Amino acid sequence: MQRLIYWTWLLLVCVVGPVRAELVIEITRGVENPIKVAVVPFRFQGSGVLDVDLARLIESNLERTGQFQRVNRNSMLSLPGPNDQLFYRDWRAIDSEYTVVGEITPNENGYLVTFGLHDVLGQRELFAEKVPGPASALRDIGHYISDKIYESLTGIKGIFSTKLVYVTVDRRSEKDQTFRLILSDADGGRTRTIFESSEPILSPTWSPDGGRIAYMSFRGKRAGIYVQTLATGEVQKVTDFPGLNSAPSFSPDGRQLALTLSKDGNPEVYIANLRTGELQRMTDHFGIDTEPRWSPDGRSILFTSSRGGKPQLYQLNVSDREVKRVTFDGDYNSNGAFTPDGSAIVFVHRSNDRFHIARMDLKTRAMRILTETDLDESPSVAPNGTMVIYATSEGTRGLLGLVSTDGRVRVRLPSASEQVREPAWSPFMN
Amino acid sequence: MDVLKTIKMASFAAAFAVLAGCAGQVKEDVAVTDATAERAPETATATAAPTEAVSGAGSSQASQGASQSAVSGAEITRESLKASALAADTLFFFEFDKSDLRQDALDDLDAHAKYLVADRGARVRLEGHADERGTRAYNLALGERRANAVARYLVIQGVNRAQIETMSYGEERPLSLARDESGWGRNRRVELIYQ
Repeated sequence: MQRLIYWTWLLLVCVVGPVRAELVIEITRGVENPIKVAVVPFRFQGSGVLDVDLARLIESNLERTGQFQRVNRNSMLSLPGPNDQLFYRDWRAIDSEYTVVGEITPNENGYLVTFGLHDVLGQRELFAEKVPGPASALRDIGHYISDKIYESLTGIKGIFSTKLVYVTVDRRSEKDQTFRLILSDADGGRTRTIFESSEPILSPTWSPDGGRIAYMSFRGKRAGIYVQTLATGEVQKVTDFPGLNSAPSFSPDGRQLALTLSKDGNPEVYIANLRTGELQRMTDHFGIDTEPRWSPDGRSILFTSSRGGKPQLYQLNVSDREVKRVTFDGDYNSNGAFTPDGSAIVFVHRSNDRFHIARMDLKTRAMRILTETDLDESPSVAPNGTMVIYATSEGTRGLLGLVSTDGRVRVRLPSASEQVREPAWSPFMN
Repeated sequence: MDVLKTIKMASFAAAFAVLAGCAGQVKEDVAVTDATAERAPETATATAAPTEAVSGAGSSQASQGASQSAVSGAEITRESLKASALAADTLFFFEFDKSDLRQDALDDLDAHAKYLVADRGARVRLEGHADERGTRAYNLALGERRANAVARYLVIQGVNRAQIETMSYGEERPLSLARDESGWGRNRRVELIYQ
């Protein structure tokens, strides 16, 4: 009996236990003079050792933006807590511009985390705050603190509390593969498999409220678009017509899905009403029309079309269905997405037979290539508009990369999985 | 419209059951394509002549009118056409971002077409694929165009559209993982699979 309990327990751990943190960060290029921040190890006022090192989590978060550089723990002359007096000259001596202090106190509901941010050169405390939370929410608190610090120092809302979804593939042979749809924190931590299939999973995308994921998958040999509610695991089938059912994109109000169907003989962009199921055909051309992506104001849809002979990006006016071409530079521009303010687009651009992520300002029409790896694809913009996450390759591996929307910062996200692809950045969750 | 259906993912157990089912099906496919792939090399040259001879005989028999011997002749023809079709290549390759059939595909496609015309009960699935270059959803559309190009050719040769099922895997099922033209060229393909 005891053995049975043991095996049941083991099975539960295998099935529902978290997959180990898959993504480890590596900055390949940062800004020239990053802000130096010292994050003092948070004091733990309980017994034992916590499994989350909050100070490490915070300094890694800040460093991943490329705008900050950590001050090595070993060089710190003292390790003050939030209630201790800070000797600013000690921090100036080790080149710290800002210093973060904190402590974690256990209480009956979990923990109370107290933290503060100090301006070393100005010799003053910028803010101090207490955050309560259950024991399971320590990582969330770490991301929250990172967001507070980032916003205080840059004036831009932080993205550390946001989430990612992406697809991984385990390939044993051409027809024996396991596809997984993975949900993780923005730093790659706390991964969770939310859907698994022996058939391909493609084009995951977030609803504007962050509560649902739309994606394409096969049931048997039939492709379909599905919407999965994260909190309940409930799955809604949107379409599974013969032919293509692909590339879903939520409207800004979350009530409609733009997608590609070829049920009328040719890949065309449609809008599906998620409540009534009603379909509206938006394009009509014998070329390939696909990869629709809604603009933030909901008035237009960016899509890829081969109507000019080669894949290029076009913009479709939702009210009158008028189409105008957006990209002219090069013979392959596809898979576009808007920045959150709608002023620019990022997309896949081919030049010299290599595929890179590029950004184009919609007003000036100036294009800039952001990445220099090869086979870069699936760009997805962070909700604060500062970074783009994308899929790239290295040898036969597929991995994720981050690049700032100005191209100045590049971060590589190596992973334990051989094939990581199609990342999608969540909206703000709070 | 019955488009919106809610599926409750009852449990992991159910999901695993479905996965197991799919895995079984996949195994069968592998066996079929492997068998034809092995035979493929010698067919390219060897079967072209016999196929023509057999089809010539078939049409002259048909023109002789409906007699007992013609019926059994048709039976024999169908069997030999089937043999030629099963010996013919089942992989058809394409250029980058193109869905036009290549000339070197036509002889083998003709062998499949002749059999499918002779046996209206026969069914094929055409799976379109793309190489990894370019974006995934676009490649899914490209794979479908390639499958449709093969389907259109078969229909022009007299095959009923109802005998053909098309689908696209885009770049999700590469035959080769080589990141150069040797791999990409093999991955830009349509696979013809008898059902």
